[in-house]
Amino acid sequence: MHKEAAIREPLILGDDVTYTKISNDVLATIEGKTTKSWKVLMTIATIVGLWGVGNILYLIGVGIGTWGLNKTVGWAWDITNFVWWVGIGHAGTLISAVLLLFRQKWRMAINRPAEAMTIFAVFMAGLFPLIHMGRIWMAYWILPLPNTFGPMWVNFNSPLLWDVFAISTYLSVSLVFWYIGLIPDFATIRDRAKSPVPKLMYSLLSFGWSGNAKAWQRFEEVSLVLAGLATPLVFSVHSIVSMDFATSVIPGWHTTIFPPYFVAGAVFSGFAMVQTLMLIVRKVMHLEQYVTVKHIEYMNIVIIVTGSIVGVAYLTELFISWYSGVEYESYAFINRFSGPYAWAYWSMMTCNVISPHLFWFKKLRTNLAFTFFMSIIVNIGMWFERFVIIVTSVHRDYLPSSWSMFYPTWVDIGIFIGTLGLFSVFYLLFLRYFPVLAFNEVKSILKSSGEKYKNMSDEDFKKLHPVKK
Amino acid sequence: MSDKKIYAIYDDDYVLLESAKHLVSKGIFIRDVFSPFPIHGIDPVIGLKRTRIAITAFIYGMLGVLLALLGIWYFSVQDWPINIGGKPNFSLIDNLPAFIPVTFEFGVLCAAHGMAITYLLRNWTLPGFKSHNPYPRTTDDRFVMEIHVHDNEGKSIEEIKSILNETYVLEIDEK
Repeated sequence: MHKEAAIREPLILGDDVTYTKISNDVLATIEGKTTKSWKVLMTIATIVGLWGVGNILYLIGVGIGTWGLNKTVGWAWDITNFVWWVGIGHAGTLISAVLLLFRQKWRMAINRPAEAMTIFAVFMAGLFPLIHMGRIWMAYWILPLPNTFGPMWVNFNSPLLWDVFAISTYLSVSLVFWYIGLIPDFATIRDRAKSPVPKLMYSLLSFGWSGNAKAWQRFEEVSLVLAGLATPLVFSVHSIVSMDFATSVIPGWHTTIFPPYFVAGAVFSGFAMVQTLMLIVRKVMHLEQYVTVKHIEYMNIVIIVTGSIVGVAYLTELFISWYSGVEYESYAFINRFSGPYAWAYWSMMTCNVISPHLFWFKKLRTNLAFTFFMSIIVNIGMWFERFVIIVTSVHRDYLPSSWSMFYPTWVDIGIFIGTLGLFSVFYLLFLRYFPVLAFNEVKSILKSSGEKYKNMSDEDFKKLHPVKK
Repeated sequence: MSDKKIYAIYDDDYVLLESAKHLVSKGIFIRDVFSPFPIHGIDPVIGLKRTRIAITAFIYGMLGVLLALLGIWYFSVQDWPINIGGKPNFSLIDNLPAFIPVTFEFGVLCAAHGMAITYLLRNWTLPGFKSHNPYPRTTDDRFVMEIHVHDNEGKSIEEIKSILNETYVLEIDEK
């Protein structure tokens, strides 16, 4: 049987772990009663989410003028929030697709919650361009539909249209990838369910999955091919998001390093958000045996790597703005670090460039409280990155008479806070009713990566699992 | 001719895999295996051919790419070449670099969804369908072999059972 090198730390802790125990531990929240803390959190999230919905309705009713945008700053919090949420939505598919291609077994404990995060984050992201249109009921104009306005089609040369295709493909493919993995897990819940209503619900959700050998063979092939398709997709989506800026002629936006820089930033913020969520989930749902400190450490290492790439990108664009000799380009960056928004620039630099390097210390990257704190810092830093790129590049344009500042209104703030609430509502529902870990996949690595089996000699293994009489 | 089915229930994937090898070496044909997660290495033992579903993904993807190029050519070059900054869309080849992102995304969209739909149809798993795993615990912690008596001509039920009993089977069931 396949054994992993002993030097690798086990991914499933505890000597008492069996297949039954894995199901019991992961499904405890689904099969048990709703807890009080869940109800409290759900109530808060719903109120915040409804506040956001109210703000959106007000925005649609009254118009974009209720935002703090003006003639000079035409893009501000809306697009900042869009890019921030899309960025967060990159970790899920990265974990499940790229780590699958690299055969990283530690992905199995975190891919499901990360993919759920991806999908809900992309929902939130998609909201912002839609409401930014002002007349949301004309949103279908972004599609190449036959129309009665003369032969007028959408512009396939425009990065904004590329974005329509990229984001919608990303959302739907991530959803399919997530759901195909969920089907066998729903089948387990269906077969364990005792009362009729959950049984019916989960048998509908599980599509009648039986788990025969051919189905599993197809399952693995489909997962692999979807991972192969999703990997270039992840990179293309955030590259295209960055082209919304990079293909324009605004100083500060018109740079060729944007695509890789945005992708690294997206992975950076996505992993930070996975940390924020998983550190709470593993504690509250008692999943410490499956989402171990080692998993947290691996994710922190990804944060160091992507944080370093982001840092190099910041310094490169700063250097090039001077080296290019273009005075507008130089001014855009001088204005960033010394202008009225210098505080935003320096918060971004501190949060994204300096702080991740604290993770070089093993003590710090294996410290859960510190990791949680850092994950919040990184998320704040990445929000500021988008704010800095968007607002500071446009608020002082070529014509000093039109220079202005951006001040968010309560509608700007309300919609952003509201999306955090809506995201939490979706996530809490996911935690309550969906299997939070891909537990059937986790079972498949028990023998190769479980602590119990790693410490076992071959003789003990043969004794435990005798084959022939 | 008996159309009886014998189910051999195991509590471990490794034990089932090794037992399946033993059974096959004794000339028994295993019709199917039900398990809560994929058992690596079982496919060649019970004689499953590799699935061709990846090929369908490639075909769907290529169809998507062709469809996207055809659509973009018609919308942007043939029907109404939009003139932006004095740079109208003269031909598909001239404008191809700008058309690549949508073409790529649409290709991925078609490949992923086409393959996913094919997968669901080939597995015959769709909302509302009934599952056919013999025991509910096979999706949790039991591993079951299904042996059809009529697949193993010349062997009686008793013979099959005695071979099964040479392995560490948890339970043998007839249906």
